[in-house]
Amino acid sequence: MSTDGILTFLLQHSPALIVAVPLLGAFLTPIIGKINDKIRNLFVIIIVLLTSFFVFLLSSNILSNGSIRTYVFGAASANNPVIRIFFQVDGLNAFMIIIGAILSIVAVLFSFRYLKEYTGQDKFYTLVLLMIAGMFGMMLTGDMFNFFVFLEITSIASCALIAFWTSKGESVYAGLKYIVISTIGALFILFAIAILYGQYNALNMGFLAASIQYTFLDKVALVLLISGLAMKAGIVPMHMWMPDAYGRAPISILLVGATQASLYALFRMVFTVYGSHLADILRHIKFRFFVTIEFDITLNGILGVLIIILALFTIIIGVFMALKQSDFKRLIAFAAVAEIGYMLLAIGAAIITISEIDTETGTIILSEVGVNSLKGGLFHIINDALDIGLMFLVAGAIYYVTKETSLNKLGGLARNMKYTTIFFLIGLFAVAGIPPMNGFASKLLIYESTYEINPILSIIAIMCSILLLAMFVKVFHSIFLGPKQEKFEKIREVPKSMLIAMAIISCIIIIFGLFPDIILQNIIEPAANALINNGLYIGGI
Amino acid sequence: MSGMSRIVKTITNITLPLIVIYGLYIILHGHLTPGGGFQGGAVVASGLAMIVVSYGSVWTMKKIKEKKLSTLESIGAISFIGLAFLGLLYGTKFFDNWFANSGGMFGDIVSYGNTAATINSAGVLPLMNIAVGLKVIAGLFAIVLVMAYATSKVKREA
Amino acid sequence: MEVFNIPFIAVISLVIIGLYAVIFKRNLIKIVIGITLIESGVNLFLITLSYRENSIAPIYTNNPGGVMSLPVPQALTLTSIVIGVAVLALMLSLIVHIFRHYKTLNVTKIRGDDE
Repeated sequence: MSTDGILTFLLQHSPALIVAVPLLGAFLTPIIGKINDKIRNLFVIIIVLLTSFFVFLLSSNILSNGSIRTYVFGAASANNPVIRIFFQVDGLNAFMIIIGAILSIVAVLFSFRYLKEYTGQDKFYTLVLLMIAGMFGMMLTGDMFNFFVFLEITSIASCALIAFWTSKGESVYAGLKYIVISTIGALFILFAIAILYGQYNALNMGFLAASIQYTFLDKVALVLLISGLAMKAGIVPMHMWMPDAYGRAPISILLVGATQASLYALFRMVFTVYGSHLADILRHIKFRFFVTIEFDITLNGILGVLIIILALFTIIIGVFMALKQSDFKRLIAFAAVAEIGYMLLAIGAAIITISEIDTETGTIILSEVGVNSLKGGLFHIINDALDIGLMFLVAGAIYYVTKETSLNKLGGLARNMKYTTIFFLIGLFAVAGIPPMNGFASKLLIYESTYEINPILSIIAIMCSILLLAMFVKVFHSIFLGPKQEKFEKIREVPKSMLIAMAIISCIIIIFGLFPDIILQNIIEPAANALINNGLYIGGI
Repeated sequence: MSGMSRIVKTITNITLPLIVIYGLYIILHGHLTPGGGFQGGAVVASGLAMIVVSYGSVWTMKKIKEKKLSTLESIGAISFIGLAFLGLLYGTKFFDNWFANSGGMFGDIVSYGNTAATINSAGVLPLMNIAVGLKVIAGLFAIVLVMAYATSKVKREA
Repeated sequence: MEVFNIPFIAVISLVIIGLYAVIFKRNLIKIVIGITLIESGVNLFLITLSYRENSIAPIYTNNPGGVMSLPVPQALTLTSIVIGVAVLALMLSLIVHIFRHYKTLNVTKIRGDDE
């Protein structure tokens, strides 16, 4: 076979291979780990690189064509579509799997030296590969029950990763808290899937989008779906597991990926499955006491206002709780909660500006402001994943060297750890939204578009961003500057593989910051168009 | 957890083969009757949990190391994914049923309609059922054994 | 109120009792039991959706003919039960570790130790 033939074959089967190759690697790791440690590390990094190769192959194909690709399991073509399981990949999916690939490569590179003295590394790498497989499955699937199964795989693997160091009591308790809240959220989602199946006899997202009518049971299912996914994504008031889970995990950067995947699922449910009814008008709301009260509320009005209120609460509570933390990793976790609030603010602003649905092609028509806000929100997903990931890597590096995470006990590390200081500065500028980094571009889009809707929203967003900057400057001062302490006399710089991992993310951050136009045109626009353009998704079947 | 009296051990010796055979029957006929991999595996694992209860977890842990159970579980998992990958190479798509109607071990052609079915049908499905059943037996038995051993350790330490 | 509505009432009561146990109880084991109750309620809901009146089991070979009940929700319920078993095993192992470390199973006492 020629190279072209092999590439076409791989491209055609790549949605399944992206999920199956890490799964095969996860099952083979305990057997290979019995031979040698180095061979197992080599095997893990080869599997992750192979998966990333498939990811870039698939996403470059989809983002350059603007097309959609459907993969049917177990049959040559979709000749009986009601009983088949599909994987559907469009622009938004391609965008999310790029994030997943970058995060997984960096996480595996970082963990080679980080865990060198600890035992039980076989189980660690098995769990990491399982979690990567579950994360990619969540991002690629086009079937609702399949999404639930991959969601549970990811949450079980992450719970075991959080509670990995079982000799300390607090990490085990954090893991228990995570899995209790996560399971309740997943059971709510399963309840909503059962309601939708009972009404329309279809589990496929495209089928549901084509045949959904907006009855009372569908509203119940929408509420259950949003609250279940909000529990997994860390939106206030269900955010209590985030500081504990991120603070105690040995490798928190993969958990960031799982959180973003649930946020993607929220967008997919609201825009695509319920998409054709976002502009309906509710005419009558009947109360039970024989009084009929007539309201004239549009659905996108209520939904958008609710999402914006939740987002504002998330930003404010995230920033204010972060100000009084004295533990480095918990502080970054609260900053992550606040950043999720920014993304939700952008999406809520986009929903409010929907004016009508074009029923011929199935396109949702937003105003110009709405499209800009949607682009800002989507761009902020990848920026936030990279920035918060870099901060967690820096925190991990400091913990590796000094075995301390409390801000009161650290100080004066800038003399011995020059490279780590530079990476922390890059991360600080990126999170706060200062011009040469990528945070500036996405936050500017969000500020501009929310200002048009209501000036108060954008004022609150800017103030909280300034508070985040102040908080991280304080952290920088207390960790890196200041007089040298005695017990840190002999520490050295962190090992090279961890430095390489941090350097990869920093380069991507700087590149995104210097050329935001290229990224916006090539990657974000197809993603935003894919969200709006329902007809393409349904026609893919 | 210490063992129970001699009467309980004798009854366990008599009923355990019956339970294991019943569970293996459920696994193997998964494509004809209700059942399949997980259900049959759970039945066999409850039979094996009877050993843990009646003989004591310390004795069982000495006889059966958990490393062997882990290896069995890995074999079950790898054969499941391997069969799915073979569908990619020999058939059209991933998870394809490439073994059906081909005259091999499980490949008889079944006539359409309301007739009695043979066990020799439905291609790759019984093989996947056996792989899943093996994994479930090893996994559930390991969970029960390790939890019983750990709680007995807590009681001895406290 | 017809007699076919009784399973749906059972589902709602199971879910509400499970939520009450998770939110308001102080012992860790009781919280886990509450989660199991919610999960049993959702599984019951899935199976109830597949019932047709006077139907027979959906087995194709040698069946006496007639309306069959739907087989798809039965497969979904089976998958959900498997996931529930795995999550329950994981939660119970974590509780064994917590008991060994903190010597108590009361949620308020454990949270008081943490920051």
